[in-house]
Amino acid sequence: MTQVLERLGFQVDFPPAQTCCGQPAFNSGYPAEAGTVARHFLETFRGAEYIVVPSGSCTSMISHHYTDIFAGDEKMLALARGVAPRVWEFSRFLIEVAGVDDVGARFDGVVTYHDSCHALRELGIKDGPRKLLAKVKGLTLREMEAAEECCGFGGTFSVKFPEVSGGMARTKIDSILKTEAGTVVSIDSSCLMQLQGVIDRAGLPIRTAHLAEILAGT
Amino acid sequence: MSSREVVLQNVRKALNRAAGLLPTTLAAPRLRVPIMDRNRYLTLFGQNFEKLGGKLFFSQEPGEAAPVLAELLQGKHAVASNAPFLTTCGVTALPQVQSGFTEREALRAACSTADVGITSADYALAETGTLVMLASPAEARLISLLPPVHVAVFPRSRLLANLDELLTVLPNPAEQTSSMVLITGPSRTADIEQILVRGVHGPGEIYAVIVESPR
Amino acid sequence: MTGEPSETIQQTLSDARLQLAIYSATNRLMTHRAGAVGPDLLPEYQELRNDANQLKKHTIDHLDYYLELFERNVIAYGGKVVYCTDSQEVADFVLSLAKQRGAHLIVKSKSMTTEEIHFNERLEKHQLEAVETDLGEYILQLAHQRPYHIVAPALHLTRYDVAEIFSKNLGVENEVVIEKQTRIARVALREKFLRADIGVTGANFLVADSGAVVVVENEGNARLTSSAPKIHIAVAGIEKLIPRAQDLGVFLTLLGRSATGQPLTVYTSFLSGPRRSGEIDGPDEFYVVLLDNGRTKLLADPEKRQSLYCIRCGACLNHCPVYRKIGGHNYPWVYSGPIGAIITPQFHGVLKDPWLPFASSLCGACAEVCPVNIEIPKLLLKLRSEVTDAQRREGQGGMERWAFGIWAWVMTHPRIYLMLARMGGLFAPMLPKVGLLGKWASQREIPKVAKTSFHQWWRERK
Repeated sequence: MTQVLERLGFQVDFPPAQTCCGQPAFNSGYPAEAGTVARHFLETFRGAEYIVVPSGSCTSMISHHYTDIFAGDEKMLALARGVAPRVWEFSRFLIEVAGVDDVGARFDGVVTYHDSCHALRELGIKDGPRKLLAKVKGLTLREMEAAEECCGFGGTFSVKFPEVSGGMARTKIDSILKTEAGTVVSIDSSCLMQLQGVIDRAGLPIRTAHLAEILAGT
Repeated sequence: MSSREVVLQNVRKALNRAAGLLPTTLAAPRLRVPIMDRNRYLTLFGQNFEKLGGKLFFSQEPGEAAPVLAELLQGKHAVASNAPFLTTCGVTALPQVQSGFTEREALRAACSTADVGITSADYALAETGTLVMLASPAEARLISLLPPVHVAVFPRSRLLANLDELLTVLPNPAEQTSSMVLITGPSRTADIEQILVRGVHGPGEIYAVIVESPR
Repeated sequence: MTGEPSETIQQTLSDARLQLAIYSATNRLMTHRAGAVGPDLLPEYQELRNDANQLKKHTIDHLDYYLELFERNVIAYGGKVVYCTDSQEVADFVLSLAKQRGAHLIVKSKSMTTEEIHFNERLEKHQLEAVETDLGEYILQLAHQRPYHIVAPALHLTRYDVAEIFSKNLGVENEVVIEKQTRIARVALREKFLRADIGVTGANFLVADSGAVVVVENEGNARLTSSAPKIHIAVAGIEKLIPRAQDLGVFLTLLGRSATGQPLTVYTSFLSGPRRSGEIDGPDEFYVVLLDNGRTKLLADPEKRQSLYCIRCGACLNHCPVYRKIGGHNYPWVYSGPIGAIITPQFHGVLKDPWLPFASSLCGACAEVCPVNIEIPKLLLKLRSEVTDAQRREGQGGMERWAFGIWAWVMTHPRIYLMLARMGGLFAPMLPKVGLLGKWASQREIPKVAKTSFHQWWRERK
């Protein structure tokens, strides 16, 4: 992601104190604990002009749910509201802030795109990544039937209901196999981790790759 | 305290509302009646009616309807409603047709053994191929329900565009009748293995005979 | 862990035939819905959803007013309204009426509300026969099973299951052709319709300005149920109210399309009171039972009362990847899928089935298709924190809360976090696969960790 952004002329900073957006605790029913981590995030990124995130779910956690966590705390609520317009999922940053869809990337192969749920449904990210992939030289994008179906990760869902989570991933992988693509791309590493885990367990020749990886390739 | 009082009190407590409080104003219902040439209604109705498995006949004038019915009723026995339009079209005069029932038990007995139930229709909706029937002294409920075949004979002028137009011309059906039924296609189910079967409890075959007539 | 889900989930997942049945049935319903609400056929779809949401919000926010308005109009047209606080009161009312009228046979059309209150069982205890007449429900009644799906109750059964159920219970030959099975049911039930003393239906909508009950269906059994017997009783939750007959334009347009892709179901009945003077047939008596049974509890919560907007279309079930894997019977109550997941804890208390709000990946597909815009994922999140709070009060769930407390501490101490992350990545593949790691590993390989961490890469390039 850094390589792509610098290639486009942006000055990239990486605050080393960053850890997590707090989503795992929030989704597990512990908003107070999530709030502790969210505070750290807000402190770490205070003053950043654009916060670019290689994850749809983290982005939506910050821009949509921080206001839920801090609903009772006026000061924090104001900070939460202030950060929302500054936080950008990576592909959306490229399309809407950098204003580009061609980042000069090259990738030889057939790729299929998985719409991660938070990006699709909470952030409305659907066409952006596809536009970016379309401009990658050598890349063929083949849509799978169930592109919008959940991969089954869901954070702690993956370990609280492992069989259901695994079942959902296998259904998704069936769909991927039908496209005969060698690589499945997403803008969320958690989806990719879930899918790769099941792919490797099944011994299938499919690679998962984050959009940033593809776009960094030249 | 009666159950009525308990329930209403629980509702008010839950909403923090005092008894007798009026609600805030509600926006007028948004009814979407398409701007369409009325001549299109017939074609549109026909398309949608037949897509559902219904069969449509068109008669240029009331006198032409009875022969169509006679053809359909060959070898069959029918019960017809008391709708004046059926008499106008000569349907009730056909030999296989019994009509003029005013008594519930007799009507039900006749409908239970009839092959065909013939009614008029109070309205028809073009966009969905729907027949609209209001129960009345002229139209009993069971005629369009018990026999395995239902035929509706009605003038073209009763065609409306869609449900929203029906609700526009009839904003208060309860004032007119105890039962308004919208019939959209033959009875069907897909309850077993998602396989479509027609004629479960209601009629499995429906026909519409639309007559070009002023009323 | 916040409660263990049932072992039958594993059974359902391993049953390949059942998985295929669930998947293909829901896929069919999804595809039909998509066609019917697409921008070419229904360009005003999003607008309609907002209208429906606003109408429901208004009605629910002023429910006492609309209940009383509805009641006045039912009475004005010759009907009666019976308020019931719980399931037994409904049964008591019907039993008492049946006794007064010498009624022995009841026919019923499909109603999730009557499933909720175990209507048939309560009546059977008093030798009053209530026969289900919807084909799917009829089959289930004979088989003593509960519905698998709000709209397609028997989707888990094959024609061979049905053949066996019919031959065992109806004394007919083993018939596997579906059309013939339908015919068997038609004949058997026709006799019941014409002999029944009382017809009991549900109600999809209660129309306040008309005192009317609206029932939608495809088979014709609800029409027969409400028109053949001399007494019609409609049983409905108090949340079914809508203000005006003209609001049906919005609701009927959304309901059929969202449920099965049909612009209108085959029969839509708008029933108001017993037959009017001069009408030849129809019931002589008309009752509407307005049921609370805990709905006022949901009503009391301003954030979660939107759960009551539900018009029972089933779209959320069809689109839920979890429902599509575990099926309807693995939910603890008669209402399954996403809507079941949010209302069950509210009716029964969050600690009864504490795992339920967590049985979701929060993908949001449900909210995307809900015709009345219920924010299901948001309510699931709210319920999750209510579960953990309740557990804390009961002295349960301490381990998990402690774990997240530690986690939050680590996440606010970046150097510790980095060290642990590095170690975790390196050592995880070697650890025994127990606990959480075991759960991950039961389905997936452990993720491989990059040789150089991003932090290292960043430091090294400066």
